[in-house]
Amino acid sequence: MTQQNILFSRRLALMGGAGLLAAPSLVRAQAPAPGGVSAAGQTIDITRARTDPIPIALPDFAGSSPQAQQLGRNIIQVITNNLRNSGLFRPLDRGAYIQSGEAAAAGPRFQDWRVIGAQALVTGRAEPQGDRARIEFRLWEVGSEQQLQGTAYTAAANNWRQIAHVISDVIYERMLGEKGYFDTRIVYVAETGPRDRRTRRLAIMDQDGENNRFLTDGSFQVLTPRFHPNARQIAFMSYANNQPRVYLFDLNSGRQEVLGNFQGMTLSPRFSPDGRSVVLSSARGGDANIFVVDLASRRERQLTSGGGLDVSPSFSPDGTQIVFNSDRGGDQQLYVMDANGGGVRRISFGNGRYATPVWSPRGDLIAFTRISGGRFGIGVMRPDGSGERILSEGWSMEGPTFAPNGRVLAFYRESQARDTRGGGYAARLAMIDISGFNERQVITPTDATDPSWSPLLSS
Amino acid sequence: MQTKLLGALAAVALLAACASEDTSGAATGAGAGAGGLGAGAGMSGAIRPGSQEDLVANVGDRVFFATDSSSVGADQRPTLERQAAWLAQYPQAQVTVEGHADERGTREYNLALGQRRANAARDVLVAQGVAGGRVSTISYGKDRPAALGSSADAWAQNRRAVTVVR
Repeated sequence: MTQQNILFSRRLALMGGAGLLAAPSLVRAQAPAPGGVSAAGQTIDITRARTDPIPIALPDFAGSSPQAQQLGRNIIQVITNNLRNSGLFRPLDRGAYIQSGEAAAAGPRFQDWRVIGAQALVTGRAEPQGDRARIEFRLWEVGSEQQLQGTAYTAAANNWRQIAHVISDVIYERMLGEKGYFDTRIVYVAETGPRDRRTRRLAIMDQDGENNRFLTDGSFQVLTPRFHPNARQIAFMSYANNQPRVYLFDLNSGRQEVLGNFQGMTLSPRFSPDGRSVVLSSARGGDANIFVVDLASRRERQLTSGGGLDVSPSFSPDGTQIVFNSDRGGDQQLYVMDANGGGVRRISFGNGRYATPVWSPRGDLIAFTRISGGRFGIGVMRPDGSGERILSEGWSMEGPTFAPNGRVLAFYRESQARDTRGGGYAARLAMIDISGFNERQVITPTDATDPSWSPLLSS
Repeated sequence: MQTKLLGALAAVALLAACASEDTSGAATGAGAGAGGLGAGAGMSGAIRPGSQEDLVANVGDRVFFATDSSSVGADQRPTLERQAAWLAQYPQAQVTVEGHADERGTREYNLALGQRRANAARDVLVAQGVAGGRVSTISYGKDRPAALGSSADAWAQNRRAVTVVR
């Protein structure tokens, strides 16, 4: 099942590289320069997301048969959900639409969209062709009556969800001037059973919670999966053979292998941005230290030493620095060091304990968990420790992971047990904008922890 | 049968109640619990000497730690000393010390903390003369709690190192 799905995504990726066809009939707008300038010349300030989401009209795609129309409805529904969930778009009430999607696909009557307050309009056409489908879409700026984008995609018909995500990303990028994050997956730990005898399985799903599937069978415990930058490999911690070690999981083959030749427990893996190495923590004796393992040679290099527990390392996106968590100073704080282990400096100085640092793919922020006054919070700070902001707080939450564009964090929340048998306990995934707004739960079939966000799949 | 069962339950409840107070309470509790269970075991005669049940009933299988600490308190040491004596009595026994943490920390840090606690308990056993090769360690962090509540009582019971016969 896994393999099949990956094959689809590769097919689409291939298509994205070579055959993401702009059909002759689809004319690209005078390509706005990347940088968020729309055809009308206004730059949209995404930090104003909370107050000013972009009003956008998303009528049903046209289709020449009931089957085609259903496909079109499915796709526009996924796009609508993506844009709404981002908090940066406000899909307009479909009941207010004056022109039909079918008619708009032939040519928008801009006045009809202007009067309902649409700033942007998406039109399209879906045509199944045997086991494939051709999906074309156009993005219009209503005010200037300009087409911002027109693209046709052909792919396996059962891959329509990914096409919808790719289109969502195009809309997001055209309107906001930065890459989207919809054509992505999240790998996480699916948890079932009582807390003292938990079954923990690796699971993977699309970022919108669809296409959920389990990668391991629960016969051994797994924790903390992390995506490789190519999205085809996962590093995670496994208790196979009662030896807690960092493993690699290949999504194409399903093959698992232990990473490195460490004596004791290894934990908290993360890939380097170039995908050539894994940084992790190795616990031996009373200490835990940071090591980096080269994936080609499998040689390991020790980066920290001495007293204290050094865990949760995460590379900066340029690969030159590593942020990690250590109690070397007495309690848990965040430290940054050069990628060779030198130049260690503490960056967290607020109230409480700081943990699980992860560097934004944009490089501008480090997200973390803070435990303070008996409460857990998810926050961000600049890599020099300044500008700390707590985005969300509660009984228990941890493990932030950035969307590939650095705009959204996923993490997990746990609720407090009401009784001595653990009743009322639950673990759920959540997402929040780095502005601190638009927190929402991600629906998963089971309790869920330890999310890790993939890079964009088809770019 | 009924009586024996009640005896065992009472001992377990006592252990839990004491563990919930603080580490010194936990130590007393473990001792008392072990004593109580020992009497029950003697009556039933069902416990095989040198087994995990024997260790739990007659020695005490776990020690407790203060928040964020991995040092074995003076009040906890007697349990490990009894374990060492028991291991000397059953030289064929191999054990794993499992380190655990409470839920009020992050998962990765707690894995390392559980490992440090398991090591601290192991160090005491080895210092008491148990051959290092007989004592392995593993950490489960906060992911295998003994008490399932979200209370200070539960957390005190979960900050533990448990000796398990392999």
